[in-house]
Amino acid sequence: MVPLSYYLALSAILFACGVAGFLIKRNIITIFMSIELMLNAVNLSFVAFAAHWHHLSGQVFVFFVMVVAAAESAVGLAIIIAVYRTRETLNIDHVNLLKL
Amino acid sequence: MSLHLWIIPLLALTGGAINGLLGRRFDKKTVSTVGLAFVGAAFAMALVTAWRFAGLPQDSIPYVERFAPWIRAGDFSADFAFYLDQLSLVMLLVVTGVGFLIHIYSAGYMAHEGGYYRYFAYLNLFMFFMLTLVLANNYLLMFIGWEGVGLASYLLIGFFFRRDSAASAGKKAFIVNRIGDFGFLIGLFLLIRQFHSLNFDRVFREVSTMGVEKDGIGLLTTIGLLLLVGAAGKSAQIPLYVWLPDAMEGPTPVSALIHAATMVTAGVYMVARTNPIFDRAPTALMAVAIVGCVTALFAATMGIAQTDIKKVLAYSTISQLGYMFLACGVAAFSAGIFHLMTHAFFKGLLFLAAGSVIHSLRGEQDMRRMGGLRREIPVTFWCMTAATFAIAGTPLFSGFFSKDQILWKAWSSPYGSWIYWLVAVFTAFLTAFYMFRLWFLTFFGEFRGAKGTGAEHAGHGHKKDVPALPEEIAIEVTVPDTSTETAKNEIIRRRGLILHLFTEGEGPTAETTIKAQIPTKRVEGLETWLREQTGGRASYTIREARRAYTAETAEAPKGHAHESPRIMLVPMIILAVLSVAGGWIGWPQAIGGSNHLDHFLSPVFKVSAEAMPAGTTPGEPRGEAASQHAEENVELLFTGISVGAAFLGFLLAWYLYHRRRDLPERVAVQLGGFYRTVLDKYYVDEIYATVLVKPLIYFSTQVLWQDIDVKTIDGAVNESAGGAREVSDTVRHMQSGNVRSYAGWVAAGAALVVVYMIWSGLR
Repeated sequence: MVPLSYYLALSAILFACGVAGFLIKRNIITIFMSIELMLNAVNLSFVAFAAHWHHLSGQVFVFFVMVVAAAESAVGLAIIIAVYRTRETLNIDHVNLLKL
Repeated sequence: MSLHLWIIPLLALTGGAINGLLGRRFDKKTVSTVGLAFVGAAFAMALVTAWRFAGLPQDSIPYVERFAPWIRAGDFSADFAFYLDQLSLVMLLVVTGVGFLIHIYSAGYMAHEGGYYRYFAYLNLFMFFMLTLVLANNYLLMFIGWEGVGLASYLLIGFFFRRDSAASAGKKAFIVNRIGDFGFLIGLFLLIRQFHSLNFDRVFREVSTMGVEKDGIGLLTTIGLLLLVGAAGKSAQIPLYVWLPDAMEGPTPVSALIHAATMVTAGVYMVARTNPIFDRAPTALMAVAIVGCVTALFAATMGIAQTDIKKVLAYSTISQLGYMFLACGVAAFSAGIFHLMTHAFFKGLLFLAAGSVIHSLRGEQDMRRMGGLRREIPVTFWCMTAATFAIAGTPLFSGFFSKDQILWKAWSSPYGSWIYWLVAVFTAFLTAFYMFRLWFLTFFGEFRGAKGTGAEHAGHGHKKDVPALPEEIAIEVTVPDTSTETAKNEIIRRRGLILHLFTEGEGPTAETTIKAQIPTKRVEGLETWLREQTGGRASYTIREARRAYTAETAEAPKGHAHESPRIMLVPMIILAVLSVAGGWIGWPQAIGGSNHLDHFLSPVFKVSAEAMPAGTTPGEPRGEAASQHAEENVELLFTGISVGAAFLGFLLAWYLYHRRRDLPERVAVQLGGFYRTVLDKYYVDEIYATVLVKPLIYFSTQVLWQDIDVKTIDGAVNESAGGAREVSDTVRHMQSGNVRSYAGWVAAGAALVVVYMIWSGLR
């Protein structure tokens, strides 16, 4: 039996990778993937806790997250395509028209 | 029965308001009519008041008239209320009477001056405040009048405000008076603290239950000394007298009314009014006597060497005020008030006559350029003569009675001393000397004006002997014809600018030669400036112009003097009659009179009498006829001595300034440094400037302004603003608009929270 702390550590590492990716990367697609990574890190801890506590609500939450993530990626990818069409770049630092 | 006292000050105020607010549009006749009518009405009302006052029953004196509440705070109250007793009645009559006469005189004297309406508005305003001062029933209302006359005095000293010296003399008077007022105010605060009231009747009633402060400085002594500081400021006593000689910058009728007859006597009035307090504070009383005594002597010596006719009179005023203080200081208040009254007559007249002399010589004030005027201006001469004899203390003239009473009291009062008497007699000698010096220099001998030989102090080489610079000089700027048209236009433009600067209003003109009158003050550095401005191309000349009146002088067939118009002479004649006869109401018992004034005033000073040692009440005859007779003989002897002193002064003046005119110059050379010290008024102004003014200015600019204000207060404000800017300058870089950096901050924050939770979980 793998102890709970292993799962949590893995989840934390994945989440930290997601955060780091989000902060460091400039490509919008990569940033988007980093967000997905963070969501899935959270999913992992949910599932781990559900198994640990023998409680289903954690697993239910994972489904919710997945559904939202799916919707989000649909919208997000559409936005990315729209951005690419208008700006011909995916560098997030160049998409800064709203910045003062 | 109501006396309607409020009408009297209100009349003066109305006159002042009408002239002040609307007078600009009036012609001169209307202005003077308004000014005279209202003050005349006030005088008439004062006469009516006096008549009705005589009919008041004894127990309703002092008569108090309340007409509006003013300040009510707890158990303290001060109302707009008037207080009439014998003392204020005398003051009321003197102020309105002499004031009215001087208003009449002013209508003639100021006829050729600008700002006519302003002058009468100020003068009426002064009357209003002076009447408030003498009629007030509490110290606070009195203080309003006190400050108000100071304001009017400031405005009138600086009446010719285009002249720098007049403007600064006004400021000097105002500031020096503030020092005195500071003492006055502290005294009032102490009164409030002690008696919870400033009303005369209540304060004096409570004071009368208190004992005499025999030794040490108690509360009453402190109050008395502080009030003395205030009185010394207003009445130009040592050490605060320095403003009065400078106040002669004002028009001469103003000097007569404000700086001789009425306002400067306010201090004496205040001390006399406060007599119940002073009588219970012998130390304060002694301070009053000493201040008065020293001032009388000191100012008289300064008056000896003055050459400006008005300055002599100014120092004489200070000296005579010193006499009044001396009288008050030996608790002979009625003698002080008596002298105040006669002084108002003869000193007012002296100033008016001096004004008439100045008027007749078209502005000349230097006695060295006068002389022999008695034939040209006989009426002025006779008026001046009456006043001179009065002030010198010639028997049967008014000044004789009042001054003699003071001298006698200085000796015989329980607070008196032979030192006071000796100084006062010597001062009487000096008074006679400088007054007859003025008289001889002005009216006898040869006229020295036109030639300007300055016989008296010629060759002395002192700066005072340099003839005064003319008020204005003529400047003439000529454009050369040879220059090109452009250059010429340029010069004309610049010249227009110059003239605009100096003459107020002349724009550029194409005249080739322009003359302008510019004040002498601006001449310094003018040549260089002109050269720069015209590029060295225009020729210019600066000539000393003759005094403005030379053209007029040439017309007068006689050459120099003319008698003043009747409107000026009539008030002078009335005052001359009063100067001669005004003292008769105080005819002393020693020479068969009954001294009406003393008896009339005695109820006011009754409370003081109670505080005196038994049997030594001054002004009251002793019980036994024999001792009274003996005392009268002594008094007669003293009178003889003082008359002798005055006669000696007359003889000396006659010898030096009439018989042997060459002597004064030689005496001056003989005395050398001492003479110069006296001539320069003992350098008191210079000492004050070095010891007080300069350190004060240094302290104000360097410490208070530069260090405290600029560096500390402004510095704190500026530094906190700068600090805030620097912090925000640093912090604003956080808000870069870069979304990922925001996310970074969020992540860092979250990490912090996590770290904290872990840390607190571990603990």
